[in-house]
Amino acid sequence: MMTVFQYGDDINTDMLFPGKYTYTCSTAEEILPHLLEDLDPEFAGSVKEGDLLLGGSNFGCGSSREQPVLGLKAVGIEAVVAKSFARIFFRAAINQGLLLVECPEAVAAFEPGDEYIIDIEAGTIRVGGKQFAFPRLPNEVLAIREAGGLLAWTTRQLEEEGR
Amino acid sequence: MGKTFAEKVLGRKAGKDDAVAGEILFLKPDHLLTHDNTAAIIGKIGPELERFGVARTDLSVIVLDHVIPAASEKTATNHQQIREFVNTFGIEHFHDVGAGICHQVVLEKGLAKPGGVIVGSDSHTCSYGAVGCFATGVDRTEAAALMLRGITWLKVPETIKINLTGKLQPPVSAKDLILTIIGDIGAGGAAYKAVEFHGDIGGLSMEERFTIANMGVEMGAKVAAFPADDVTREFLISVGVSDGSYEALWAEPDATYERERTYDLSTLEPVVAHPHEVDNVRPLVDSGEIEFQQFLLGTCTNGRLSDLMEAAAILDGKKVAASARLLVLPASRGVFEAAIENGTITTLSRAGGIVLPPGCGPCLGAHQGVLAPGEKCLSTANRNFKGRMGCKDAEIYLASPATVAASALTGKLTDPREVK
Repeated sequence: MMTVFQYGDDINTDMLFPGKYTYTCSTAEEILPHLLEDLDPEFAGSVKEGDLLLGGSNFGCGSSREQPVLGLKAVGIEAVVAKSFARIFFRAAINQGLLLVECPEAVAAFEPGDEYIIDIEAGTIRVGGKQFAFPRLPNEVLAIREAGGLLAWTTRQLEEEGR
Repeated sequence: MGKTFAEKVLGRKAGKDDAVAGEILFLKPDHLLTHDNTAAIIGKIGPELERFGVARTDLSVIVLDHVIPAASEKTATNHQQIREFVNTFGIEHFHDVGAGICHQVVLEKGLAKPGGVIVGSDSHTCSYGAVGCFATGVDRTEAAALMLRGITWLKVPETIKINLTGKLQPPVSAKDLILTIIGDIGAGGAAYKAVEFHGDIGGLSMEERFTIANMGVEMGAKVAAFPADDVTREFLISVGVSDGSYEALWAEPDATYERERTYDLSTLEPVVAHPHEVDNVRPLVDSGEIEFQQFLLGTCTNGRLSDLMEAAAILDGKKVAASARLLVLPASRGVFEAAIENGTITTLSRAGGIVLPPGCGPCLGAHQGVLAPGEKCLSTANRNFKGRMGCKDAEIYLASPATVAASALTGKLTDPREVK
């Protein structure tokens, strides 16, 4: 069963992954023990594949720090649903293929015990018997996601350009 | 309909002069800034680098600053790998350990120009808005792709216009102004947006503009920009950038703004950002009595010569409270040397200050001044997030260099207007 981890507004990158580990941890194995360490010490030990993170507004604000995105992707987080996201975090998620859903209504509708069902193609999210729409990503950005992330997309572009 | 700064700069760079807010543009930035994280970035693209090489040898600006000198075998190895990469691929703009904090180095080396576009895998890349450059932070993977292909996409942001009137009344400073603005707009209030400063900006020095632009990201902004004026021009000439080497761009008078705010600089007062969010800003006089065990003067926000001199003037001939430590972190080797030559470093040291090498030092909690549980630090840096200085059970407060210096004398929060 999906566990939903719920946090508040302005969850910053130091809470998601402490800055003191930034230059000693960069692989998933190194990141995982410290994921959300100063926000929720229980998280790293209990999160499992298919779980979901729920955030308030400005989720992921602060540093240009990719470890939270790599870590959440590596533990198999289904999606982060928040009222809004900070832009560098949002961009990192697109580039890594971590699904972010910006939908304040879906955050507000959550009751403990609810599960989320997300349809990326349709741009809809269901929670507690209610369905909400979330903004679809622009085509240029979807192409990066569909290619399997930014590095795969870039390699394809370079090949097409004959580099 | 007139264009904003963001619409003009990004549109021109992408070869699309009619670009408007909301559009996604593909463009080639002038530079890509990376620092110690270059090791992790090139680690993502080893085979691709061998196969394709780098897009341009003059694209990357690499400055080693985050954990310098290396604090462990791991961070030393990162630096070593970066030097090897620089040599192998002939990277032209490399600044090794000791040069200073990346953002100050980019400005001092004249790499950020009015009308230019710079992206960096560091959130405070927005600092270069101070010279009218469109500069913004990206993630490590974006930096890796840029190294290979030299192209990125940016959504043209909507813009918030901030009108400034009047003059700052020292010791009220640019730091008090930007903290006041962030307190009003909120930590996410300018998310995805550009911020333009208009009005009486002529009285703000280049250093004050750096402090303001540096903290744009603390309200979520993509960039916080000033128009290039005579102050900018003089600064650029001082760092070897001639008038003819750039084309400054600025918003048109009838540009469309998402919202506008006005601040009268002459009525501002000293403020403090309380833990654990930068927008938790209160007037100093309403902040209560707070004792601090550590003070941090410097960083990319307030580590320039005028900042150090302002603090030194307050500390001259006096001593930091016995209950506290004062860490001094010059923003670059250039700042450090100038502060040695004019006696500022001697003054700060005699007052009890501990001078750290020009770099990020304790700001991100990796080394050189980590806090203990229960300790409080008053800092001139840009972030007070929980755990930021290495300990989740410590508290960080943010204020101006004058407030930090005045408070260092007493060991508790002190109004710089009351220091004789």
